[in-house]
Amino acid sequence: MDADTADTRVAGVLDRLRHLPGALLPILHEIQHELGHVPAAAVPAIAAALNLSRAEVHGVISFYHHFRIAPAGAHVVQLCRAEACQAVGARALEAHVKQRLGIEFGATTADGKFTLEPVYCLGNCACGPSVQVDDQLHARVSPQAFDNLLAKLGVNS
Amino acid sequence: MSVRVFVPGDSTACALGADQVAAALVEQARSRGLDIDLVRNGSRGLFWLEPLIEVETTAGRVAYGPVSVADVAELFDRDLLAGGEHPLALGPTEQIPYLQQQTRVNFARAGVIDPLNIDDYRRTGGFAGLDRALALSGQEIVAAIKTSGLRGRGGAAFPAGIKWQTVLDTAADQKYIVCNADEGDSGTFADRLLLEADPLQLVEGMTIAGLAVGATRGYIYVRSEYPRAFAVLRAAIALAREDGYLGPDVCGSGRAFELEARLGAGAYICGEETSLLESLEGRRGLVRAKPPLPAIQGLFGKPTVVNNVLTLASVAAILARGADWYRALGCGRSLGTLPMQLAGNIKHGGVVELPFGMSLRALIEDFGGGTASGRPVRAVQVGGPLGAYLSADELDLPLDYEAFAAQRAMLGHGGVVVFDDSVDMAEQARFAMEFCVAESCGKCTPCRIGSVRGVEVIDRIRADTQRADNLLLLKELCDTMEYGSLCAMGGLTPMPVRSAVEKFPEDFGA
Ligand SMILES: Cc1cc2nc3c(=O)[nH]c(=O)nc-3n(C[C@H](O)[C@H](O)[C@H](O)COP(=O)(O)O)c2cc1C
Ligand code: SF4
Ligand code: FES
Repeated sequence: MDADTADTRVAGVLDRLRHLPGALLPILHEIQHELGHVPAAAVPAIAAALNLSRAEVHGVISFYHHFRIAPAGAHVVQLCRAEACQAVGARALEAHVKQRLGIEFGATTADGKFTLEPVYCLGNCACGPSVQVDDQLHARVSPQAFDNLLAKLGVNS
Repeated sequence: MSVRVFVPGDSTACALGADQVAAALVEQARSRGLDIDLVRNGSRGLFWLEPLIEVETTAGRVAYGPVSVADVAELFDRDLLAGGEHPLALGPTEQIPYLQQQTRVNFARAGVIDPLNIDDYRRTGGFAGLDRALALSGQEIVAAIKTSGLRGRGGAAFPAGIKWQTVLDTAADQKYIVCNADEGDSGTFADRLLLEADPLQLVEGMTIAGLAVGATRGYIYVRSEYPRAFAVLRAAIALAREDGYLGPDVCGSGRAFELEARLGAGAYICGEETSLLESLEGRRGLVRAKPPLPAIQGLFGKPTVVNNVLTLASVAAILARGADWYRALGCGRSLGTLPMQLAGNIKHGGVVELPFGMSLRALIEDFGGGTASGRPVRAVQVGGPLGAYLSADELDLPLDYEAFAAQRAMLGHGGVVVFDDSVDMAEQARFAMEFCVAESCGKCTPCRIGSVRGVEVIDRIRADTQRADNLLLLKELCDTMEYGSLCAMGGLTPMPVRSAVEKFPEDFGA
């Protein structure tokens, strides 16, 4: 997407949502939904629309784990690190996933295909380990099941 | 005539393939020239049986599970639509012991109805509580909630009626009802289940709360990790508005109540009520000092009721069936029902709603069926990441707020995470500190810095570096965090850490 289109879309979001009480989070969600991330270039426009300083807007973006300021890989893999999943092998799965993708949490693979993120609970704690790939939640993910997921996304071992 | 077949649209069910099973059912029925009416219900909360499908037969609803796509053709071969015999057949759904032995109040409709069919909701007693509330004064509603003994289900177990009274008594031009659907605790999913299976119950409960305290606006703060719950809830709000249960003139009463669902953004601390309010106002989720209480100065500085999903859902049932009926369930000062959530290394994980008082052991063994791995239970963490670890010989504890507190543990939001004997409790203690590092709002030093030190100290203990000194240091650090933190994030992180050290000393090199 070129910069002009991104600017237009940010302006559209601001137009639609700026009137909401406490509009900043809904606006950031909508921008990330449309653009895949919240580009630094959008911050001045958001700040102006809400009568905030840029630092305030930036502070909010950086406080919340959900918002990202750079584009993610083609697929976002979110791995649950919390206790209920730990109890059924999430730590071993974490090691396997990092090794398979060759990256740590917060990183994107060199080919731009995968971004790996930690999450703390996906509400699937009766059937862990839990992994979310893009918008799809997966239950009882063993290392083998994770490899199968990768295979479906066109990655072979 | 078409036969109704139910396949849950619940997050866990779908994570286990429910969408694919639904598609296969439709396809098989079509190819066999059979007429089915597919309903995407919520889950019954028997997650270990998901995808659990149901067929409405002349003898009532019968269940099959867990069903995979590969089973579907054979199920039809065995006369699925007439409730035919099959190794996956579970019999009449309501007679599955796990379900039959529960006392379902909050979850009475879960999995029974189509969550987005408002007629289903009405037909199963929905809006009866609102009808009653519309005939009462605000003070009468608050009195009913006080009489019921309802205590907050989000963790702190504060009496809901007392909080509501404060909001009712505080004069203001605008008041708010805020529902805490941030459900950040690992091992909990009851709020999610309710939002996905019976969202109108929450809408009804919040509307009653609005009538009670004189609030005309409500917000539901749903964590971003629950996109499905958020979507279902939004659709339910739209349905309620269409049918006149929300809006400027609730059920023709001339009273207004507007409701909006908002998404969190992946911060555990935003489950803390003042942090949540900051977040709703569009700021970083920094915890506010109390006083002022949110009931007096809450959202946008106005008097605000902040309650958990299950607290507000309970309100609908209390108004519909009476405060005395509700308080007759439970024991001591823990009245009504508590939806427990069995999670982690457990054979039969799911939601178990019971009157307070059952023992943790009965819950884990009789309902849960022991560990999934088949190995002995070694530790159980109850009440989320800030809750204590209990050892296998403490399981006779009754599910009761006071009994848990006396054991220096907490029931919290009802999450029960089971670990087998392969668990390393020093690793769990380290994680508790690590989680606090990741999720601290950063406002106070004991929490923000103390947790970082906590990780380091535990690492040294695990590496056997000056173990005795470091154990002492850890103890002091826990005291500092407990007494010097502004909120329970820093204040309660010592709870899992200390319980691990004290009850499992062998894992710390003792
Ligand atoms: C760190 C922290 C996290 C919390 N997370 C939640 C949560 O996810 N859901 C919730 O309902 N309450 C949570 N609480 C409790 C809330 O602060 C508050 O007590 C609750 O929303 C009040 O509602 P209730 O009285 O109906 O329980 C949390 C508290 C703390 C200190
Ligand atoms: S204890 Fe931690 S989370 Fe709570 S206010 Fe202090 S820094 Fe923030
Ligand atoms: S702990 Fe992993 S889904 Fe809840």
